[in-house]
Amino acid sequence: MTILTTYISWTFLVLGGFLCISGAVGLLRFPDFFTRMHAASVTDTLATALIILGLLLQTDAWMVQVKLVMVLVFVLLTSPTASHALAKAALHGGLKPQLKIARGSNKAGQQSEAEA
Amino acid sequence: MNMETVINMVLLSLLVVTAIAIVRIKDLFAAAMLAGIYGLLSASFFVMMDAVDVAFTEASVGAGISTLLMLTTLAMTGRFEKISGNYRPRLALVLVALTGALLIYGTLDMPAFGTAAAPVHEHVAPRYLNDSYAEIGIPNAVTSVLASYRGFDTFGEVVVIFTAGIGVLALLMRAEKPTPRTQTPTASMHEHMVLRIVAKMLIPLILLFGLYVQFHGEYGPGGGFQAGVIFASAFFLYSMLFGLSEARKVVNHVVVQILAALGVLLYGSVGIVSLMNGKNFLDYSALSADAVHGQHLGILAIELGVGITVTTVMIIIFFAFSGRNQIEGEKD
Amino acid sequence: MSEFGLFNYWVVMLLMMIGFYIVIAQGNLVKKLIGLTLFQTSVFIMYISLGKIEGATAPILIEGVTLYSNPLPHVLILTAIVVGIATTALGLALVVRIKESYGTVEEDEIHAKDESC
Repeated sequence: MTILTTYISWTFLVLGGFLCISGAVGLLRFPDFFTRMHAASVTDTLATALIILGLLLQTDAWMVQVKLVMVLVFVLLTSPTASHALAKAALHGGLKPQLKIARGSNKAGQQSEAEA
Repeated sequence: MNMETVINMVLLSLLVVTAIAIVRIKDLFAAAMLAGIYGLLSASFFVMMDAVDVAFTEASVGAGISTLLMLTTLAMTGRFEKISGNYRPRLALVLVALTGALLIYGTLDMPAFGTAAAPVHEHVAPRYLNDSYAEIGIPNAVTSVLASYRGFDTFGEVVVIFTAGIGVLALLMRAEKPTPRTQTPTASMHEHMVLRIVAKMLIPLILLFGLYVQFHGEYGPGGGFQAGVIFASAFFLYSMLFGLSEARKVVNHVVVQILAALGVLLYGSVGIVSLMNGKNFLDYSALSADAVHGQHLGILAIELGVGITVTTVMIIIFFAFSGRNQIEGEKD
Repeated sequence: MSEFGLFNYWVVMLLMMIGFYIVIAQGNLVKKLIGLTLFQTSVFIMYISLGKIEGATAPILIEGVTLYSNPLPHVLILTAIVVGIATTALGLALVVRIKESYGTVEEDEIHAKDESC
């Protein structure tokens, strides 16, 4: 494993880690259910994909690589579906996306958290 | 502080936070989801503790099936806890604090976490680790202990699972009269288009993975218990998305019940065969002329028995609950 | 990991007591079962912690590794988890039946109905 692949791998890993943290911040800070879910699904797909790509470059064993690719495919297949189901269920349950930003009050956000 | 300690501490603190959140929350749906998160966190903790087989099981049971059953029950019993109530939390708190203090006092004599010289590692574990490869011939020590050295124990566990399945069936199975609400499942079906297509892609993969876990359990983490739970979850997914009546067509209820008993029977009869060949109950070396080969055969057979029983009992339990529920749409 | 000392076990006791508190102090039967699951899982954590040896790897025998964690607690807990879900399901089934015959799953209301009969 050369120096170059190490650097590329770590770039992916750090980027993925950063996206995880930003997704968590978004989950806590965004005003309503749908924007929060958006933040969470970024963590689910892009961050996971980057981390797995980084890990792929870390190993030379092909068995491990095959397993990692399978994990990646599985995550990319399931997590958008889960987000879709969640959003649909919320919409069905009568939760409307908040279209205007209500400054100062976080009431709507708290309400949607209870609904979720 | 090395990295492992840090991860350990973070996971343990997250477990405590989740547990406290479960105490405080009044919405039982959220409490059930938090219990699922608690299960997933403890599964990660088990990976840290080198217990990969256990982590596997806990991830599928604690975070998956347990949450699902809780949610199905909540759909029948109501979502919110009664706020008031004449309980005396202070008295309970005193009692809990007292018990906790006693338990912590009890730990003071224990050897520190992670010491290799602790008494628990001195008794039978060295023998399992040193001799099991020569005696059983498979690399996964957990499987060889589970299926061979402590095979009788595991037999007992399988019987307990089977009995619990019968108990659920006895409590929840309806009499023959058809319920009036059965028309709802097909009506809401067209809405789950995306979910159904993805599920159709996933279900064969889940089943394949279950088979892999079942038959690869001797070489890596896996075995009948994990495989059974994974296999059953594919059927849960199907019946959640396509409706219970559709799922009942795929897995016939009578066949499932017979299979559950058959798994236990398979396990027990392996023991009987070894008895008949003049060895002890569940001593697999009797199954073949070569002792190690006999162990292989025996472990394969009893793991299959465990897998069949666990799968079918989980299916029986889930069908009993959602058959009671009948209202389609508890998809989390 | 030696600076850990007994911290691991104390956390387990704390979790156990939280579960215990839910079981004795809260009236909803489903909540009680969730508390019982917490209690159960903390016992699992206790056992698995006992089996860990510092610097060891998972007990899957491979060449070149000499130190493995203790496989015995893993075996016990592995089966206990699946037995645990089966018994929890039995408990939930009882709760469902109680709901059907009493119309409630709150403990005090059930007692009140029992006494009024």
